Amino acid sequence: MANSIDKKMGMSAKNRILSVIATAWFAILAIIIIFPVFAGLLASFRPGTELIRKGLSIDLDVRTMTLNNYIYLFSGNADSQKYFMWFKNSLFLTAVSVVGTLVVCYIVAYGLSMYEYPLKNFLFFLVIATMMVPFEILILPLYKEMITLKLIDTTAGVVLPGVCGASTVFFFRQYMIGLPKELLDAGRIDGATEYGICFKIMLPITKPAFAAMSILCAMGAWNNVLWPMLVYRNASKFTLPIGLNTLLTPYGNNYDVLIAGSMFGILPVFIVFLCFQRYFIEGMTAGAVKG
Amino acid sequence: MKIKKFLYSQKAAPYVFVIPFILSFLFFWVYPLCSTFIMSFQDIGPATSEWIGIKNYSKLLRDPTFRTAIANSFEYMLGTLILLIPFPMLFAVLMDSRLVKAKGFWKACLYLPALTSVVISGTLFRLMFSEYPTGQMNVITSALGLGTFKWLKMKATGLGALLVTACWRWTGVNMLYFLSGLKSIDTALYESAEIDGANSWQKFRYVTIPLIKPTTIYVLTISVYAGLAMFMESFMLWAGPASPNNIGLTIVGYLYNRGIQKNDLGYGSAIGLVLLVIALIINIIQLVANGTFKKEER
Repeated sequence: MANSIDKKMGMSAKNRILSVIATAWFAILAIIIIFPVFAGLLASFRPGTELIRKGLSIDLDVRTMTLNNYIYLFSGNADSQKYFMWFKNSLFLTAVSVVGTLVVCYIVAYGLSMYEYPLKNFLFFLVIATMMVPFEILILPLYKEMITLKLIDTTAGVVLPGVCGASTVFFFRQYMIGLPKELLDAGRIDGATEYGICFKIMLPITKPAFAAMSILCAMGAWNNVLWPMLVYRNASKFTLPIGLNTLLTPYGNNYDVLIAGSMFGILPVFIVFLCFQRYFIEGMTAGAVKG
Repeated sequence: MKIKKFLYSQKAAPYVFVIPFILSFLFFWVYPLCSTFIMSFQDIGPATSEWIGIKNYSKLLRDPTFRTAIANSFEYMLGTLILLIPFPMLFAVLMDSRLVKAKGFWKACLYLPALTSVVISGTLFRLMFSEYPTGQMNVITSALGLGTFKWLKMKATGLGALLVTACWRWTGVNMLYFLSGLKSIDTALYESAEIDGANSWQKFRYVTIPLIKPTTIYVLTISVYAGLAMFMESFMLWAGPASPNNIGLTIVGYLYNRGIQKNDLGYGSAIGLVLLVIALIINIIQLVANGTFKKEER
């Protein structure tokens, strides 16, 4: 079967060898890429003290592996409770940022793509301009602002500065520019208000853009560290990355939880990725081609 | 009633829709930018702040630690440009060819690092770059007969560790960017190049490279920004903002040390603004060099 396809595509013997080499090359790359995570996964079945004493390396010896770290992680003791509190906080923060960001960015992009009005291009220029300043520069003044607004230690303080993310607005706008404007007029004739058209007619046909962006936003929120680390002061508010980071002490008394918790923390994103792979790549690369 | 009617009119609606952006723009972009600009001319104490003119900046100019931070950030940025643009581009061209089998699977594998938080990947690499002979990198170098290294204690190997971590995280992502750029190239162009007798290299040089230029510029721009503003990677590799002899100190790391840890918002703001000016200058030079501002030549 494979042979007949090769023949159809006109693959010569030389090409077949090249094909094996090229495929093998990506296999090697894939192994290199998976390597650290695999090493971490193996290490999560060994006592955390070994990580301190030996560092991390691939060790395939099955006899020294136990499930103890995971049993400890799920045992319901103080460490386990702390870990799942971080996990819950991360889920909560992710849900709030995804819903907030998508709603806000959809509305803004709708206003920037569906109408013709004098300030339209200028406003879109401003959206692009915000991309020219790295967020890291704004952390000091924003941090001070959050203290003034009493938003320190609140989820609003973490989410609000990024809720109208320029790249998300940009993506929605690119998508919506391609939608038929006749739908708006049809809606108006049927007696729908401008807002009714936005939410009842256009929103359903923007679903693919929502799918791509929700996944990208969720991944960003789940993995975000720097800004949440500054805003969340109270240990009971810590998200998973912040919490795991607190375990990285020189004494390493918590490396059991650190390594098993890190591996378990990749799991949700990994599962979502396996289910929605197409949307990940779509959402991520949208800016690169058209921008 | 009249107001309601106005708000529901076709003229007012677009402005209502963009209100969230205008608010976010004013509160979380214009205001903080202005406020950091003002703070950079102030000495900010716990209760009062004093106007000190350009003292923060003149202090910065003479600050050897800041020079170290700038040098580190630049070296890291240049390293990422050298490693994370040409190679992902070549991988993308290879991946786009008919030669590679099971493409979806390899793409998914290469994308895996982008799913992990910098905390998790940083921790894994910190432990792999452990100075003990049993750490993964020392296992590799001793197998090659190079002996063992105290990776995170020396300047060159520390930078190397940062770059290895960066390559691990971004090679796949950048490759996907280039792949999506390649998808937009009309295959007829390759066919006509073939008819003209172009070999693979000539096709790559004279068709692929010019036509994926928009993607290259995009990747270049985000790499310059990400490289100059890098902080969390170093924060994780050295388990905090401090590293031996500041080998892992970056501009944003120094901003964090001064602004957040030592609570010197004035000095920290000055650091941030210097970074902003550097980033904008590089970006403008790069855009001019690539002819973005030139009118389409026909």
